[in-house]
Amino acid sequence: MSASLADFVSVANGQAVALERVPVLPLESLHAAIASGVVSGCRVSALFGAAAPQPGATRLYAVLADDGQNRLWVAASDVIGDSYPSLTPRCAQAHLFEREIAEQFGLRPEGHPWLKPVRYRSSWTGRDVWARPTEETILPAAGDFYRVEGDQVHEVAVGPVHAGVIEPGHFRFQCHGEQVYHLEIALGYQHRGVEEALLNGPDARTIHRVETLSGDASVAHATAYSQIYEALAGHAASARAQALRGIALELERMATHIGDLGALAGDVGYLPTASFCGRIRGDVLNMTALLCGSRFGRGLIRPGGVGFDADGERLAELGRRLDACEKDAHVAIELLWKTPSVMARFEEVGVVPRKVAAELGLVGPAARAAGLERDIRRDQPCGIFCFSQIPLATCESGDVFARAYVRWLEIQYAIAFIRDQLQALPTGAVRVPAGACAPDHFAVALTEGWRGEVCHVAITDAQGRFASYKVVDPSFHNWTGLAYALRDQEISDFPICNKSFNLSYCGHDL
Amino acid sequence: MIQEIVARLQQRHRTMRYPYGEPPPLPDRFRGRPVVDPARCAAGCHDCEKVCPTGALCATAPETLDLGKCLFCPECAAACPHQAISYASSHQLAARERADLVVSRERAAIEVKRAALDDALRKLFGRSLKLRQVSAGGCNACEADSNVLTTVGWDMGRFGIQFVASPRHADGLLVTGPVSRNMVLALKKTYDALSEPRIVIAVGTCAISGGVFAGRPEVADGAASVVPVDLYIPGCPPHPLTVLDGLLRLIGRVR
Repeated sequence: MSASLADFVSVANGQAVALERVPVLPLESLHAAIASGVVSGCRVSALFGAAAPQPGATRLYAVLADDGQNRLWVAASDVIGDSYPSLTPRCAQAHLFEREIAEQFGLRPEGHPWLKPVRYRSSWTGRDVWARPTEETILPAAGDFYRVEGDQVHEVAVGPVHAGVIEPGHFRFQCHGEQVYHLEIALGYQHRGVEEALLNGPDARTIHRVETLSGDASVAHATAYSQIYEALAGHAASARAQALRGIALELERMATHIGDLGALAGDVGYLPTASFCGRIRGDVLNMTALLCGSRFGRGLIRPGGVGFDADGERLAELGRRLDACEKDAHVAIELLWKTPSVMARFEEVGVVPRKVAAELGLVGPAARAAGLERDIRRDQPCGIFCFSQIPLATCESGDVFARAYVRWLEIQYAIAFIRDQLQALPTGAVRVPAGACAPDHFAVALTEGWRGEVCHVAITDAQGRFASYKVVDPSFHNWTGLAYALRDQEISDFPICNKSFNLSYCGHDL
Repeated sequence: MIQEIVARLQQRHRTMRYPYGEPPPLPDRFRGRPVVDPARCAAGCHDCEKVCPTGALCATAPETLDLGKCLFCPECAAACPHQAISYASSHQLAARERADLVVSRERAAIEVKRAALDDALRKLFGRSLKLRQVSAGGCNACEADSNVLTTVGWDMGRFGIQFVASPRHADGLLVTGPVSRNMVLALKKTYDALSEPRIVIAVGTCAISGGVFAGRPEVADGAASVVPVDLYIPGCPPHPLTVLDGLLRLIGRVR
């Protein structure tokens, strides 16, 4: 096969290239290069459709992350008509991307093994792959689910409205007694049309819509968007702004990881850690609020830098709170690993083996817990992470314990990172006017949010406005990992498996 | 067991005294409602309105601010060339009526709006209010800062307020998010599953007005478009103290 990544254009994280430099390949070449690239260690970071120059065609763009080479490979291909041969049989991690393209553009990937809608909405082109009548309302989770037939096999349906304070989604378990044979997850309930809303931006609403892509990852998404904007405007944020962004990103990671470890403890009935961590998480959110007034970092990350500076006294106060938090977190979380009844529930439950995690293209702590060494902060660094490295936290077992323990390691590394930044924060302005976006450009930005890789891709039109804005939340990669983790587990293991991933519904549904 | 006791001693008693003592301190950069200093505001300048992402500050409705649309973001104050805009530090933002969220822009005009249920409902719910949370297109920030009220620091169980697992066990709904079209049916069904009398609390700018998604075809512009709303709690997301204050004033525990 002649097709290879040599035909792609190489782009760095947080870089923009002229749109004409993105090669448009024959579809078979694009697919073959993706399939062989994934075999040799690349990941599909984004695979999405956009308008093509000729009417009736759709241009498919692929962004492959080559972590070993610190490179992103980008290429495109035009599909004419309403179908094309599916890539999924050759490359499993393309499966949800192809479903998304089918739903948005009415393009059928022929040979896709499980072609269902992703968000249960009408297509952008008027073509519908599932031939649903246009006058009928599309209902979420409508249609067939994977079924296991057999004596005493039964189905358990949960959601969209769940028992806890959590976002909506529908879970369909195929069970034999307590044993789960298969879990299928139907989402789309949270679909707000964010990608469409971002078109023709940037405008006054853009950053606010980005901050709500997934509320608990506001900083990660706003950072990715700001990197896109700065790449298109050809104007990097100052070193001080980059460092403050890094601090906010790591505070976000600490807060959710601490909260999730508490929630995991709660789900196995171990209330001391559950109670302590619920409170400590709030202390971390209050540290973010110390920087910008918002516990979720709203208003902090802005194109061109950050919205708030921090003087010496504020940084000193942050340092004091960090010390107190570290002490509390150590006491609260170390209890987990010393308590046999907790460890008995965490270990060997919800295992995602390394090979499966690689095949599904998992990202973030879920991937690292299965032994995959991938972390955007190390592999594709941008901003402060070019200058200040964070150790990679991995585990081998791929179970609930591994996903919990990786988080504990990441909390400790985040604390050390923030402390380093506080000691040597660069001087200078925190925000410069970012200017206008370059016309006819393609920009990509990746950020390692606490769930994993947040990927944003923008294509500008002749006026420098967003002709296409693609968002790939880490949840988009990882929901299939959760479904896999439930195989052959007991249905009562679902809550801890779910918490160990803690995926975003709105980030997936967009 | 020893290790848990030692840990418990180290972590100390953390439940706040509020409302019997002072509320927990808000961050100094906390953004309550934006207020305009009329002495500084220059006539004919609409710079704040141009950057307002949701039209909360609107040129066609001068002198008013819609707290139901406001994201409490820093943009208007940053854009004002005369430094006329600042943020009030009060956390008390909740109101029973949507119209009460449209307020004067001036600091002198700040008043706490009525939030209490009438006597009959307060008698029913005043000491026990069970809520089912429904996220309908919420970004999980409002959900998280409502849920935090169940942690030991806030402990809203002290007031008989609890999130329960089923609408069948609940007296009311706490709705977050702009109400995505794909959640309209589920929200209606959840509401119908509550026994009467029942109440609905809309938490966050999205649930009140649709927020930054208002007008988009994929959302229904807030909870009130699907179910009747009894209490509006503004914010993006509201601070937990704002949410708790709204709930406590609703049931008459705080005035």
